[in-house]
Amino acid sequence: MSKGTLFDKVWEIHTVGTLPSGLTQLFIGLHLIHEVTSPQAFAMLKERGLKVLFPHRTVATVDHIVPTDNQVRPFVDNMAEEMIRALEKNCQENDITFYNIGSGNQGIVHVIAPELGLTQPGMTIACGDSHTSSHGAFGAIAFGIGTSQVRDVLASQTLALSKLKVRKIEVNGNLLPGVYAKDVILHIIRTLGVKGGVGYAYEYAGTTFAQMNMEERMTVCNMAIEGGARCGYVNPDEITYEYLKNKDFAPQGATWEEALEWWQSLRSDVDAEYDDVVVFNAEDIPPTVTWGITPGQGIGVDEKVPAAQDLPEKDRFVAEEAYRYMDLYPGQPIQGTKIDVCFIGSCTNGRISDLREAAKIAQGRQVAPGMKAFVVPGSERVKKQAEAEGLDQIFIQAGFEWREPGCSMCLAMNPDKLQGRQISASSSNRNFKGRQGSASGRTLLMSPAMVATAAIKGQVADVRELLTAM
Amino acid sequence: MLNQINKISDRALPLMGDDIDTDRIIPARYLKAITFDGLGEGAFIDDRKALNGQHPFDLPQYQGAKVLIVNRNFGCGSSREHAPQALAKWGIRGIIGESFAEIFFGNCVAMGIPCVTAESAIVRQLQELVTADPQALLTIDVENLQVQIHDLTLPVFMGQGTKTAFVSGTWDACGQLVANAAQVTAVASQLPYIAWGFAN
Repeated sequence: MSKGTLFDKVWEIHTVGTLPSGLTQLFIGLHLIHEVTSPQAFAMLKERGLKVLFPHRTVATVDHIVPTDNQVRPFVDNMAEEMIRALEKNCQENDITFYNIGSGNQGIVHVIAPELGLTQPGMTIACGDSHTSSHGAFGAIAFGIGTSQVRDVLASQTLALSKLKVRKIEVNGNLLPGVYAKDVILHIIRTLGVKGGVGYAYEYAGTTFAQMNMEERMTVCNMAIEGGARCGYVNPDEITYEYLKNKDFAPQGATWEEALEWWQSLRSDVDAEYDDVVVFNAEDIPPTVTWGITPGQGIGVDEKVPAAQDLPEKDRFVAEEAYRYMDLYPGQPIQGTKIDVCFIGSCTNGRISDLREAAKIAQGRQVAPGMKAFVVPGSERVKKQAEAEGLDQIFIQAGFEWREPGCSMCLAMNPDKLQGRQISASSSNRNFKGRQGSASGRTLLMSPAMVATAAIKGQVADVRELLTAM
Repeated sequence: MLNQINKISDRALPLMGDDIDTDRIIPARYLKAITFDGLGEGAFIDDRKALNGQHPFDLPQYQGAKVLIVNRNFGCGSSREHAPQALAKWGIRGIIGESFAEIFFGNCVAMGIPCVTAESAIVRQLQELVTADPQALLTIDVENLQVQIHDLTLPVFMGQGTKTAFVSGTWDACGQLVANAAQVTAVASQLPYIAWGFAN
């Protein structure tokens, strides 16, 4: 059993007690809600005659269903309009802060909470969204929950949970040129598998993470869940504190000093004990692309689609299913795979540094003929910042569409969808069958810079070629 | 107590495949609603269409079955409770699998759907037995962590806390959590960041 890790410390100070079942009642310091997984929870609350216990520890925004082209209300899609109205009403009735479209603070929930300084080290954070693991980048214990649990948090600010084990994932060394945080997490999942993390919290440690900025750490933590780990975190350090300083909701003045001391004390002890430790070398990580239907089916951009017999026995069934669905065959190089749609955005890679990296590739180049390529900033703030830096113009001149913030084509609960058998290069997090809105649509996950490269080349291509040509 | 879940006895439905994610269980377009109504018909809808009536959820011999038998990492991906809600509205009351994704598992607990795990060989054996005899009665005995079919009794697993929650009828934790409001407030008052509040 783990001992002395940040996870252990945060878990302990948030423990309310042990329930008769033996499960832990855990206090949730920050609860984030959005329009998809909360309306039924508010209805359940009403049904039971319960009130929101700590309304000021819940913050709402709207992201999944918002159109990224025309955001005029009422939305063209009646159901989307009904969902945003329900959220507006629920927040108003329960005294919950809601960052609506046009507030200047709206965006993907996992983008806005960090940029507002709501996400802080040492917190427990829950949200009815599996990518809540993103917030672990700050040294918070953050995880996704379902709607009944959203109800529980609203009603009691707590959850009934079993404690997780802790696996330290150490990555050491410098990433090679053209290799980004996205490649690191795709490589980890490729190696440990999509269920390798079940029952674990992932602590990302080692010199590679220590050098990453907060947005890169968020990308890695975001996809912990794709490796089966409900939460992933990085111990807070100077980079964390520097990011948080003067953010809207971060502690200020004398409280800031107090906060620094407390945050520092939460870091995993040097002699902390882990349930498992895995070590990677940063130089072994290539620009990575998924070829299949799970985020674990990734390969280096130089590699070929693996043959089932070369995979561990347990991975063959899904591999066979993936060949059929993706229409890719074993031994086929992934490079050169023709792409129809390029999507840059999402809670994984829709932050300003992601757009900067993609813009570097796009600058002075043209999107391939016939390619649909679009960029969706993660939040209103990201959009504003990008426009201040002229990134929007770089993208537009290169032939990308420049959109309004939202979840967009990551999950296609809005008008952004693949059509038919289209194949996308996507900076999002899931390549599941049908994920991007067409029951037969196909998704290749990669870093934003690799998506930009695919947009220019019209096919899966190696970002390093364009980087060296710069 | 009313909510105790000790045993589920019914016909079963085998669904082969690893890493079946919640997008496949219920595609995102079905999430465009403010209730969970009508999700049953959307369960596995795209997989079913792709298989032209040959998906286990469409095969006549499995209609009405209440126990689902799945393989590895079932319910991975999105946290959407719409997935187990869709299965429940389809009629599923209990699930046996090689392993489950964590959020899916937690959602099932909160809804009163026990998910028990078993060794790979046992799960496959159960899937084969049910395929050969779809009318067979299968029992998930939550209390004794066993599955019975024909004259076979096989071991299954579930964490102690979760098992107790089902057997004692406390799987819907909301009431208990709310009842501890005083302790919750006490813990909150000890957390530095609650005292700081959100500046601004």
